[in-house]
Amino acid sequence: MTAPAKEQQAKRPGRDLLRYGLLGGQSRLVFLILIGVFALGSIVFGSTFYGAYNLKTMLVYNSMFAFMALGVTFVIITGGIDLSISSVAVLSSMLAAWFSRFGLLPALFLTVLIATLIGLFNGWMVGKLGIQPFIATLITFMAARGLALIAPKIFAIYLPALFPNVPIEFWNANVADYSIGIDRTKNFQSITGEIWGIPIPIIMIVVAYAIGAIVLGYSRFGRHTLAVGGNEEASRLMGLPVVRIKMAVYAISGGMAGLAGVILASRSGTALPTEAVGWELQAISAVVVGGTLLTGGQGSVVATLFGVLLLGLVFNILNFINAGGFSLTVYWQSVVRGVFLFLVVLLQSPWSTHRNRPSRNSQRPGSVSHGNSPNASGS
Amino acid sequence: MLVVFNIIRIHNLISNTPTFIERGTVNVEYARALQQALSVNLTQVATIVIVGVGMTLVVATGGIDLSVGAVMAIAGQIAPLIFLGPIADRFGMGVANFLALTVPIAVAAGFGLMNGLMVTKLRFQPIIATLVVFIGGRGIAQVLTNGYLQPFKNPSFQYIALGRPLGIPTQVYIMFAVVLLALFLVRRTAFGRYVLAIGGNERAARLAGVPVGRVKTLVYVISGALAGIAGLIVVAINAASDANLNGMNMELDAIAATAVGGTPLTGGHANIVGTLLGALLIQLVRYSLISIGVPYEFALVVNAFIILLAVYFQRQRAA
Repeated sequence: MTAPAKEQQAKRPGRDLLRYGLLGGQSRLVFLILIGVFALGSIVFGSTFYGAYNLKTMLVYNSMFAFMALGVTFVIITGGIDLSISSVAVLSSMLAAWFSRFGLLPALFLTVLIATLIGLFNGWMVGKLGIQPFIATLITFMAARGLALIAPKIFAIYLPALFPNVPIEFWNANVADYSIGIDRTKNFQSITGEIWGIPIPIIMIVVAYAIGAIVLGYSRFGRHTLAVGGNEEASRLMGLPVVRIKMAVYAISGGMAGLAGVILASRSGTALPTEAVGWELQAISAVVVGGTLLTGGQGSVVATLFGVLLLGLVFNILNFINAGGFSLTVYWQSVVRGVFLFLVVLLQSPWSTHRNRPSRNSQRPGSVSHGNSPNASGS
Repeated sequence: MLVVFNIIRIHNLISNTPTFIERGTVNVEYARALQQALSVNLTQVATIVIVGVGMTLVVATGGIDLSVGAVMAIAGQIAPLIFLGPIADRFGMGVANFLALTVPIAVAAGFGLMNGLMVTKLRFQPIIATLVVFIGGRGIAQVLTNGYLQPFKNPSFQYIALGRPLGIPTQVYIMFAVVLLALFLVRRTAFGRYVLAIGGNERAARLAGVPVGRVKTLVYVISGALAGIAGLIVVAINAASDANLNGMNMELDAIAATAVGGTPLTGGHANIVGTLLGALLIQLVRYSLISIGVPYEFALVVNAFIILLAVYFQRQRAA
């Protein structure tokens, strides 16, 4: 393909939505692997594998990773990383359990709000203080896990001591086993219920990824995010609000982790601070498996969804192998997962180094300026 | 600044140590409490420093090594397999102990080599390459004994952690030896220059004739081997190898120590002494908070903010 033809393509908005939002070049490969793995599982294990029950369970479980991976995709596109999502998710699950007495919507709103604020704090450290993303989110990673661990004590001991006038029943936390129970008299757990036979988390995932794809592919914010990741200095010189964009992506990541926490609490019925260990790396590896490079500047939301589904399917199949009499301990599973991650990244590495890099250089200036020209004329 | 802070911390610590009754009047007690507090902290901090030094070298090339915790678990799991297994019966305990101290470190270096080859030959991003070993490595360690604990009693092997030559724990000597060796590497050898050059500007280094691939690979090998040593020390302290817990979250501690010590994650600088002080700071804060009765969870939160402050001031000084 000649260079002018490429520029022609880059100027067509539909193409851009496809490239950045829906089907990035490398995500086609992941999609094919996904189909292959699914077909393999279906052939080997039959209807217990592709039946509705297994798929529903698998998807609801992976919806938590899907939310975290969606948020962290935006962060990774700016060239950053968010290690704090697992801790934020577990802290959110504690908060959601405590807020569950107010009913689903207030609990959801308050939890996601707090999680977003924590994400905003990450963004502030990265954008304003100039601390490297890895370290900044590592700090939040530690602090949020510590707060989650101490949350039962806060609700059961410290807050009652601080407000002696409030009746003790109000604080309602079980400090003995370090958990916070969910108020089952309220409708909180209906978030993991079903509408027309489809679990609500799955619907939420579809909606969230659709919004995410449109935001990344079409909106001014999405184009700015890609631009900041592509070349931060140039974006700054062009007058993009780099600090605000960075704060926004980390806030999104925090909010998504909060949503994952709400689902975690609702699924398990009791919020435990020891849940969700290592989930941040699982979410990040889903993003990587989807084909988004950690260097930033490119990436696709739907590719991330493929990555989440692929890792989820592989994990599911490993469970099936285990149940099928061939004893594959949980330890072997993590070995297999490591090898699988290696293979997927290996498959993508010639793709991204040989095929993608020359085209990226010729594409990006065109597509970025396309993303900005309507905004410049509009404002 | 960090040094002063540390001294204040040690001082506070001693005034909070229960064995110490009246400071000032009983100098011997004071000295003993100081020695005890120092020894407890140095014992705890040694593994973080040993791993952190390797991390500092990796970070100096602009990479990162998430696999150290998993590699620690593997090394720690192999050692008891050797001296509890048939080798000890066949060739005697001396040979078994020698192998138990060398083979795991060699295996750990092998995993480091794998990381290095993934980064240099396959061109994986360092964080992904080492994430592969992070996920798979702990699984390998657990598979070795099917996840079971291996308790043992082997004084000559455990000397690396429980020995007290001149009243100082052996691993403190190991720690200082590693620090001094790394200092020598970074400051006096061509290899050290290459590491910093690659971290500063890899393309320029390559054009200047630096063997980039080999140096980078070697840096991951060093990091892996040091993680192996740390894994052996942890196993020797606990008198049991636990693949589920050995080295858990060590990568984060080591990276935090590196960052607090003033080595920027962007590469090009390696502050080995800073890493030592950073690890000490993190450990001292944790220890002193817990020793004054602050719950562990809250200590975690405070620790996070200490790191934030330290990193923030580092950044200011750099700017």
